[in-house]
Amino acid sequence: MNIRIKFQKYGVMKFIGHLDMMRYFQKAIRRAGIDIAYSEGYSPHQIMSFAAPLGVGVTSDGEYFDIEVHSSLSSRKAVQALNETMVEGISVLEYKRLPDTAKTSMSLVAAADYLVYEKQSCRILPERIVELQEKVQQFYEGQKAVRITKQTKKREIEMDLKPLIYEMKALNLKDVQTLHDLKVKNPEILTLSEDSQRDPYPALFLKISTGSADNVKPELILEAFCRFHHLPYEDLNLQVHRLEVYANADEVPVKGERERNSYQAYLNKQKKQYRQKGMAFPQFFTLGELGKDID
Amino acid sequence: MNKLALSDEILMSVDKPARYIGNEVNMVRKDPGKAAIRFAMCFPDVYEIGMSHLGIQILYDMFNQREDVYCERVYSPWNDLYKIMKEQQIPLFTLETQEPVKQMDFLGITIQYEMCYTNILQILDLSRIPLLSEMRTEEDPLVIGGGPCSYNPEPLADFFDLFYIGEGETQYFPLFDLYKSIQKQGGSRRDFLRAACKIPGIYVPSLYETSYRADGTIVAFTPKYEDVPATVQKEIQMDLTHAVYPRKPLVPFIKATQDRVVLEIQRGCIRGCRFCQAGMIYRPTRERDVQMLKECARDMLEHTGHEEISLSSLSSSDYSQLPELINYLIESKEKGVNISLPSLRIDAFSLDVMSKVQDIRKSSLTFAPEAGSQRLRNVINKGLTEEMILHGAGLAFEGGWQKVKLYFMLGLPTETKEDMREIPRLADQIARRYYEIPKEQRNGKCQITISTSFFIPKPFTPFQWAPMYEKEEYLARARVVNEEMKEQLNRKSLKYNWHEADVTVLEGVFARGDRKLGQVLLKAYQKGCMLDAWSECFDNQKWMEAFHECGVSIDFYNLRERSLDEILPWDFIDCGVSKTYLKREWQRAREEQVTPNCHIQCGGCGAARFQGGVCVEHQN
Repeated sequence: MNIRIKFQKYGVMKFIGHLDMMRYFQKAIRRAGIDIAYSEGYSPHQIMSFAAPLGVGVTSDGEYFDIEVHSSLSSRKAVQALNETMVEGISVLEYKRLPDTAKTSMSLVAAADYLVYEKQSCRILPERIVELQEKVQQFYEGQKAVRITKQTKKREIEMDLKPLIYEMKALNLKDVQTLHDLKVKNPEILTLSEDSQRDPYPALFLKISTGSADNVKPELILEAFCRFHHLPYEDLNLQVHRLEVYANADEVPVKGERERNSYQAYLNKQKKQYRQKGMAFPQFFTLGELGKDID
Repeated sequence: MNKLALSDEILMSVDKPARYIGNEVNMVRKDPGKAAIRFAMCFPDVYEIGMSHLGIQILYDMFNQREDVYCERVYSPWNDLYKIMKEQQIPLFTLETQEPVKQMDFLGITIQYEMCYTNILQILDLSRIPLLSEMRTEEDPLVIGGGPCSYNPEPLADFFDLFYIGEGETQYFPLFDLYKSIQKQGGSRRDFLRAACKIPGIYVPSLYETSYRADGTIVAFTPKYEDVPATVQKEIQMDLTHAVYPRKPLVPFIKATQDRVVLEIQRGCIRGCRFCQAGMIYRPTRERDVQMLKECARDMLEHTGHEEISLSSLSSSDYSQLPELINYLIESKEKGVNISLPSLRIDAFSLDVMSKVQDIRKSSLTFAPEAGSQRLRNVINKGLTEEMILHGAGLAFEGGWQKVKLYFMLGLPTETKEDMREIPRLADQIARRYYEIPKEQRNGKCQITISTSFFIPKPFTPFQWAPMYEKEEYLARARVVNEEMKEQLNRKSLKYNWHEADVTVLEGVFARGDRKLGQVLLKAYQKGCMLDAWSECFDNQKWMEAFHECGVSIDFYNLRERSLDEILPWDFIDCGVSKTYLKREWQRAREEQVTPNCHIQCGGCGAARFQGGVCVEHQN
């Protein structure tokens, strides 16, 4: 049985790197008594794969990994069992069953949402949200291409960030409605500046390409943004918070001919429903939407 | 959520920030305001090393069971953070509350090896506690040392307010009660120390004075006051089955050296190897009940989620209930638990066990003959014969193993060139045994790896009087081995590793040193010596300068053979094993006479007075 788990990572846990998070969950799964499947061989390991590694220092509301289990509790009980053994800074949000032939979350990742904002006393971004939004527009609409040079281990590569940015806007983190719309579960984990008087609290929302093909880091966009507006990026003390991770809505997330066909039929039905309601079919599905709760 | 002592910027700029944030699974959280005693427990090396230490896990669990005590942890910052903390004047903090160490009532430091001595000064310095105990005031925590090196605490006497000699399970609670009652009476630090020295196992160095002859040897070591005990007896937990053992050990986020459940099956060793300090100071050998161990194993695996369990003891094969325990663990292997079995004697039973728990092709067999010739093995009382090694290796080779690791020491008392040459010859014999197996039944070449370390005489061993050598002499001995390697028939199947000798010389000095070394440590730290156990940090030049500038001679400590009537710096400690026995063993060593182990015959070492363990359980 394939399971997809969604969790939050915040507070001091942001300093725990990706590999150590994997080790953390391997142990947590055992503590919680989840009946996970092991690979064959002399050193069997848990069948577990993470969707999209999170950089050290980044917090998140939307981390995913998949596991394979022999048997399962209900989603509600499994979430509870896992949360009883979590440390402060990790909360399990979802535990959903996937189709048996589901593709791994890692292979599906196509986009992610981020909030990017200043930490502590840093005041480089414009304080007024309208002004920040204007700057975003100048940066995004005002340029045909967002050219940057990216330093890889071997060489420098030229790239255009613009097609990798699906959405970019300014917003106020102190605005309750905004946070609600972003589905921020508990705003306190954003650890805004100690100086809580700061209101409005300017932030940038980014929906950007993620995954193995065209991965782009939010920091890279901020750097280009600052350079475009002659803001001192080096002095910017940023906190990056991931909100959600997505798959392309058009991608069929299962393997096997019969499964593919049945998913395609389901997708067509969905599209039809959207059309009938006069709504645009979404470009992305969250990774969690592809699974179902176990009762 | 706790506010961290270090800013995001600092944590993002240092290597492995997870070392400094605490918050691990099974970390104890308490309201520090409600604890009458706050105890900072320190392992003076980096987090990954310190977190692997069982003793701290035991005491952490035991202290925190008391409502009036909050025990937190401290480790050495790596040198990247050290620089930042010095520059930005950030005081050293505990992981749990992230509060300054200076706010604690006690700073307990476990002293596991000599090359961490400067780290202790680093910890005190960063905590802003005066390095010298005589400079400390009522504002400072009481600095208490423990662990194996406290069996000769003298080189560190200037820096500690007190030492706890022996096993921590027994006297810490009386010590805490005393602390509370002295506080209640409005007593001072001095009042506490004066009263504490009467608790068994507690040594307060400032209450004793040492006088020296012109040649540097000790004339007398005496208490300053009449009510201060002249000898300090080691503390020992006789009933290990009913002693505390942590069922919920801490689980670090980053990979520690021991990334597994550690189950201590027994304490002490019956073997009586004459070079081994642990084999003497932890006498008598005491086993834990197998039922208790099974329960501990189950609970610890459940509460940590670890996938591996390691049995810890000085000689696992001597544990009487080993088959029962291992079979129990193998059954839990179904649930994906790996078993690691260090210090196991190679025989049919252990090979059978290992073939069940490990991948034979990848794993290697380990033998520790310690000396190459039978003559020298008799001198050190290592009861392993060439016949036993070849027999064990033969069984293993037939079972499919092809890798063997061999551990030896160079520089043992009475060692001759012939003894050194026997090392590669023994390895070659093992290889020959491998090639006796028909070609079609074996799996290519065998790999025999020889590692040598240099022998360092330790206090409370029969070799405590033995001389050491100069650095060049150690390296020359390694060369003798290396030359002989080339003469061997199967030289292409043999590999030889040895170490630098600089650290050996320093370890030797501090292992058997006296109070005169305090100034050298201070000087070395001021010169920047720190994290000396890490080759990338170790700077021998600075150490040599420190000795030179203090006018302290390395040769005095290392090159003399101490006379049997010399007062040794650690003579005031009674570790259970008598000096008469050690002298007898030193004599027998020179006569190349083997002393039977505790199961076969009581050697009359003196530990029988504790009336327990092997001294009463295996009487015929």
